[in-house]
Amino acid sequence: MTDVISPPIAGGGIATPLTSTATEAGGAGEHGPTGLLKWLTTTDHKVIGISYMVTAVVLFYIAGLLALGIRVQLTTPAGTFVTFQQYNELFTMHGSIMMYLFAGPFAFGGLANYVVPLQIGAPDMAFPRLNALSYWLFAGGSITMLLGFFVSGGAANFGWVAYAPLSTSTFTPGAGGDLWIMALVLTGFSAIFTGVNLVATIFYLRAPGMTMFRMPIFTWNMLVTGILILIAFPVLTAALVMLFADRHFGTHIYQVLGCHTVTGAPAPNACGSPVLWQNLFWFFGHPEVYILALPYFGMATTIFPTFSKRPVFGYKGMVFATMAIAALSTGVWAHHMFTTGVVLLPFFSLLSLLIAVPTGIKFFNWIGTMWRGQLVFKTPMLFAIGFLFAFLMGGVTGVMLASPPIDFFTHDTYFVVAHFHQVLFGTAVFAGFGGLYFWYPKMFGRMLNDKLGKWHFWLTFVGFWVTYLPQYVLGLRGMPRRVAHYPADLGWQSWNIASTIGAFLIAAGFFVLLVNLWISWRDPVLAGNNPWDAQTLEWFTTSPPPHHNYTHLPPIRSERPTWDYDHPDALTLRHGHSQVPPPPGNGSGPSGDGADRGPGGGTGGGTGGRAFVR
Amino acid sequence: MKIESTFLLGVGLFFGCVALIYWFLSYEDGGSMMLLGTCLLGLLPGSFYFYWHRRFHGYRFFFWGKLDRVVGDRPEDRDDATIADGAGIVNTFPGSSIWPFVLGTGAFMSLLALVFGVWLVLPGLGLILTALIGVTAESRRGGHV
Repeated sequence: MTDVISPPIAGGGIATPLTSTATEAGGAGEHGPTGLLKWLTTTDHKVIGISYMVTAVVLFYIAGLLALGIRVQLTTPAGTFVTFQQYNELFTMHGSIMMYLFAGPFAFGGLANYVVPLQIGAPDMAFPRLNALSYWLFAGGSITMLLGFFVSGGAANFGWVAYAPLSTSTFTPGAGGDLWIMALVLTGFSAIFTGVNLVATIFYLRAPGMTMFRMPIFTWNMLVTGILILIAFPVLTAALVMLFADRHFGTHIYQVLGCHTVTGAPAPNACGSPVLWQNLFWFFGHPEVYILALPYFGMATTIFPTFSKRPVFGYKGMVFATMAIAALSTGVWAHHMFTTGVVLLPFFSLLSLLIAVPTGIKFFNWIGTMWRGQLVFKTPMLFAIGFLFAFLMGGVTGVMLASPPIDFFTHDTYFVVAHFHQVLFGTAVFAGFGGLYFWYPKMFGRMLNDKLGKWHFWLTFVGFWVTYLPQYVLGLRGMPRRVAHYPADLGWQSWNIASTIGAFLIAAGFFVLLVNLWISWRDPVLAGNNPWDAQTLEWFTTSPPPHHNYTHLPPIRSERPTWDYDHPDALTLRHGHSQVPPPPGNGSGPSGDGADRGPGGGTGGGTGGRAFVR
Repeated sequence: MKIESTFLLGVGLFFGCVALIYWFLSYEDGGSMMLLGTCLLGLLPGSFYFYWHRRFHGYRFFFWGKLDRVVGDRPEDRDDATIADGAGIVNTFPGSSIWPFVLGTGAFMSLLALVFGVWLVLPGLGLILTALIGVTAESRRGGHV
């Protein structure tokens, strides 16, 4: 069945309501599947986005518990909480779940999936079935990863980077490593499909007037992230296939033991190269850091203007800084391999140091956005400011590590662990959960409790510093990463105890989030369409949005069309100082229930194909 | 489409330059090939978008051959476009479909077969084939199967 959505066109720059007309007999209209079948068969980007986020957050909690296990083990020099084998599994699975199954999927599978079509005025993603397939591959990959805990030999235990030859079958036999590889193949394809979908959606489904340079920064960042995904993930998938072949099919791509000819004669020249794995992995791995970071930059860049009541300062500067970060990040992969002695140090060091420039521009613009703004310290804003501090520290230590002499000294120590967590926790957790608090009202039409949100923030913020600052000290004092025991006479224990206390503070913060979600579910406070007086297009539609998103669209004359619509008396200070013609009968101020924006849900939730006509 | 094509062509040109510099500084095969691949990833779709950008502006093939009709920029590329300018079919969207779930389950089982045993391939490939037939039929029919 096909529904044709045909809007009457209103004059005077007023939004045009979309109406739905079933054009084929037997059209399902709004009478689609219900319950579990509805979820299994959905191709709605909003449902898929929420499914991604729920799955990713559940995995975040699991990986968080694994991290607590690591911290408990390290509280004493000869901890007995877990065995060495279990400890290796803990840090491998903690890193793998956080990196591959939480931070990325939460952002580009979850929030981007939900928000990008709304921000550009699109009815859905460009390829809805492919979008659904992406989620199911991700779900399958997540199950595959966790299955490792239930097979003999345990889960993968070679670290989240799976360096060869440690990850070959000689040194890590068993199904756990194979499941880890298959999980990444599945989630890798899921990410590639999502990347294709995001790029195609942004290129082809923008609303009239939503030019590339009127897209919200979040959408810009997701476009750049989509390209980065397409650059990086195919390399990882190819590398994983070769690793699996080494483990099971007798190839010697990374493997250096047992090299022989087909007749069985020793043949050292037929040996593989373990460093090749590092070369391939980090060509994926370093862009991956920015695949994880850029979406969260976009979230923060959406939150700051909203709670400062100002437009983004230096919009185009932000866009070009994002492009520059992404471009440079693809040319710096071997700075993770300085100590191998086989990489071009000046090339990779220079490009790594250069990343600080566009990142500095971003910091300047974030501060510029808040400068002289009417700051409102709601929970999302607190998280976004927390992100600034956390990422700044992670970024500065990143610049230090880009210098080979410092890297030689600190490589594989807790200094790197602290740097890495400050970067990724700073982005994925502070900006990410800021984004969750920010868009939760749009997704569910109800608010999260602000007081509990602030408890969540402060516990996490304090816990963050208490956890990671001691790890810098530990690293500088020589404590290597990935050790379950350490000498008692080196003065490391007190720093480790402090770090463990911090980890439990963070855990307490995330317990508060669970309470907050529970209260929101049991005793909802309705949000209205635009509770934050936000600026971008998604806040124009109802909360939650109807199937296919919009019954009306406002005129789009800047990157903040909802603000222009809600504040018709305000001069838009960009794009030639053009003034948006005030829509007749529309008052200024934040929108309430959206009664002037047409009925929500007007396009129905049918099961058939829909031809959209504007 | 001009900005889209410029964006992708920029990716191609940047990584083309980086690949050249890297190759002549290091003579390292793996990294150079990956950079070259990244260059092509930008150039190929970028050229496609640029081709259509030029077609919209009256050129048959990039800069050569005039067409009779100039379409001009798409409404989403024009600063002054109104919502009404975008009137017409946007796309066809499925309201729901079971086949992505079936295909994903088939892929999941087929890959697990490499770990747990070949027997899992049979149901896995069966699900994949069923899903491919189903989604093709669904697309042709334009509705839910």
